[in-house]
Amino acid sequence: MDFQLNEEQQMLQDTVARLVRGEYSFEKRLTFSETEAGFSVDFWKQLSDLGLTAVSFPEELGGFGGGGVEIQSVMTELGRGLCLEPYLQSVVFGGGLINQAGNDSQKEAWLSGIASGELQAAVALQEPQSFYDLNDVQTRAEKKDGGFVLNGHKAVVIGGHCAELIVVSARTSGDARDANGISLFALNPDTAGIERRVYPTIDGSKGCDITLRNVQVGANALLGEEGGASEIIEYQAGRAIAALCAEAVGVMDVANELTLDYLKQRKQFGVPIGKFQVLQHRMVDMMSELEQARSMSILAASVADEEQSNERRRVLSAAKNVIGRSGQFISEQGIQSHGGIGMTWEYNFAHYAKRLIMINHQLGDDDFHLERYAFLLQAS
Amino acid sequence: MNINYTPEELAFRDDVRAFLDQALPADIAAKVKGFRHLTKEDHQRWQQILCKQGWYATHWPEEYGGVKWTPVQKHIWDEESCHYGVPRSVPFGVNMVAPVIIKFGNEEQKQTYLPRILSGEDWWCQGYSEPGAGSDLASLKTRAVREGDHYVVNGQKTWTTLGQYANMIFCLVRTNTEVKAQEGISFLLIDMNTPGITVRPIITLDGEHEVNEVFFQDVKVPVENRVGEEDKGWTYAKFLLTYERTGLAGIGLSKAALSHLKHLASRCIKNGHPLIEDTSFSQRIAKVEIDLTAATISNLRIIAAVEGGGMPGAESSMLKVKGTEIRQAINDLARRAIGPYAIPLVEEELNLDYEGEFLSDENAAPLSAQYFNNRKLSIFGGSNEIQKNIVSKMILGL
Ligand SMILES: Cc1cc2nc3c(=O)[nH]c(=O)nc-3n(C[C@H](O)[C@H](O)[C@H](O)COP(=O)(O)OP(=O)(O)OC[C@H]3O[C@@H](n4cnc5c(N)ncnc54)[C@H](O)[C@@H]3O)c2cc1C
Repeated sequence: MDFQLNEEQQMLQDTVARLVRGEYSFEKRLTFSETEAGFSVDFWKQLSDLGLTAVSFPEELGGFGGGGVEIQSVMTELGRGLCLEPYLQSVVFGGGLINQAGNDSQKEAWLSGIASGELQAAVALQEPQSFYDLNDVQTRAEKKDGGFVLNGHKAVVIGGHCAELIVVSARTSGDARDANGISLFALNPDTAGIERRVYPTIDGSKGCDITLRNVQVGANALLGEEGGASEIIEYQAGRAIAALCAEAVGVMDVANELTLDYLKQRKQFGVPIGKFQVLQHRMVDMMSELEQARSMSILAASVADEEQSNERRRVLSAAKNVIGRSGQFISEQGIQSHGGIGMTWEYNFAHYAKRLIMINHQLGDDDFHLERYAFLLQAS
Repeated sequence: MNINYTPEELAFRDDVRAFLDQALPADIAAKVKGFRHLTKEDHQRWQQILCKQGWYATHWPEEYGGVKWTPVQKHIWDEESCHYGVPRSVPFGVNMVAPVIIKFGNEEQKQTYLPRILSGEDWWCQGYSEPGAGSDLASLKTRAVREGDHYVVNGQKTWTTLGQYANMIFCLVRTNTEVKAQEGISFLLIDMNTPGITVRPIITLDGEHEVNEVFFQDVKVPVENRVGEEDKGWTYAKFLLTYERTGLAGIGLSKAALSHLKHLASRCIKNGHPLIEDTSFSQRIAKVEIDLTAATISNLRIIAAVEGGGMPGAESSMLKVKGTEIRQAINDLARRAIGPYAIPLVEEELNLDYEGEFLSDENAAPLSAQYFNNRKLSIFGGSNEIQKNIVSKMILGL
């Protein structure tokens, strides 16, 4: 058994780490966050120039054929920098959906652009009533003139505000929460009838809600088989969950480093506050939460690109559950250990804390995945 | 034993309700209940109404314009006002500095400051904490040097809540460096318009401007602005902290937040049904409601003891820890209830006059920010760790 990255994987991780260290200071991040895109277009270009946006795509599409471990390496380092770029949305999730569902000409049209970083994709699967259930789709796609007409509302599309391609789920048959009858469409957001309500997110990125009103698209917008997208969505959401777990580990790494530093530096009652046993034990708990999370991120990465099975489903839900809990613990206890300073905008810790809580709201929180895990237990 | 209200107390509760039904402006109550921000003007408008009723200064003796309520009556007022969406009084003037002035100030200070607190002419803020002196407050360094009939003050205060609105600040300053830390501190009342004072905002993680840094450079403060004796400020400060701590458990606020949460959970949808019907979520709500029930009774036990002539001691520290944990748990659930909609930061919807379409639930917008903001509850007013130190020392003798 070997938990070490191989030489190439290590090089990959070091490359991202170096880039993030050099380009993504806390101060710069705050300015990136305030731009219209909500991230650094330059940094995104640097990532793609180094081939990092192509890591997970097949070689014939200009990629490196990387899998879960490679994505993990990239995402953990992006997490350490609290990077705002749409790597998860565009490369891992959007690219993954097109790669799995798309036909040759669709892949050709979009994947090389996503892999080269020139085309930014976003994923619009959630709806106002869906909570975290991606089968809860009420948006409708009706056949018309050889194409489709879409109507509905997609919720909290991170990166959707400036994406040039949006992968949308819509129901072509079946009832509200049926797994059958869901189809995927790749939409150009400039198509008539698409309206985006753009907002910043509490953790410094941007996103939007999307209203679809009689949006007319051609048959070539349909990704994969009509009505058969549920399994593809579930599979790719699983890959995205693994990537999100890896990001969270990077965020927690830095959060704990910052807290530990502070415990050593900050003096009250004439001693560093790290001399108080209650804070020592808490820091130990935060560290062991992080190690639990790291283990689950490794496990998640190892199954992310395996064939679908209940085992894979269970592992991914378990990982997201652990990450949700440990992230909240490290966020809250980190703030508490810092005292007032942990709550300020000017100090980077608070931004790590916010990202950790928001990761729990992406692709299902710890409660959601606990329930899913228990359901899978009963089913087995 | 009879743990119910007496007929007199019930009659008092009816009076409170009748008053609030008639006097509380609907727009202000809506802001409070929807967790929107109150303006300075909102606070002042409500204060005028309360003063007219004679119910503003609940901790003051009647001779200064206070109202003579028993501890149970104060509790009833607290519960009802939270339930109705009454704005929390900004405590620094009426509930903090005023009791100190009443107990330790001279006649002139009472005549000068108390009426101005009642009329709303003065807005006070609290200058205790410093960058180097948080939990270890007695290590504070802001220096006041006597020069004739003035002190010259130099130093920095921080975390000054709502200092941006204030025209007066009460400060702990060091007047003697030769003695033990606690014995060289004085309590000064400082006009914020004095030359040499600079207020700088501190933005909190939720993007709000609620706290400030206050810098003092050669600020001249008349000696008559000192409360009590020189170097005895620590005694007055500690007296004030006991006032601060009672009420920090926030039982009434938790009750209001819990009822808000239940409404929210009945509107949010999961699996096609209201979230409140979801077994695991409703059990989470049930658990926090059960904890709150227990804390409510604990709170009443302390109140009854005080009514019987006792002093709230380290028990209130225990209750502060529990109470703040409960409020934070409720905020956590409210954020969870809105699922993915916890992520957007829709600032325009924080404004009560907002007339556009709501992104999701009309009360969703402030929830994440509020969750983050209320991490402060376990930090300020004596951090929960410090409260536990007090309990372990004072009650357990450890
Ligand atoms: C939103 C907000 C508003 C505030 N408003 C005001 C105000 O208006 N006026 C004012 O004067 N102050 C105000 N404060 C300051 C508040 O009182 C301090 O933040 C508090 O006393 C803690 O001090 P600190 O932040 O310096 O943390 P520290 O004292 O540095 O504490 C850091 C950590 O160490 C722990 N710790 C410290 N000592 C011990 C010990 N002996 N044993 C175990 N653990 C320990 C603490 O519990 C905490 O977890 C406010 C603070 C906040 C966050």
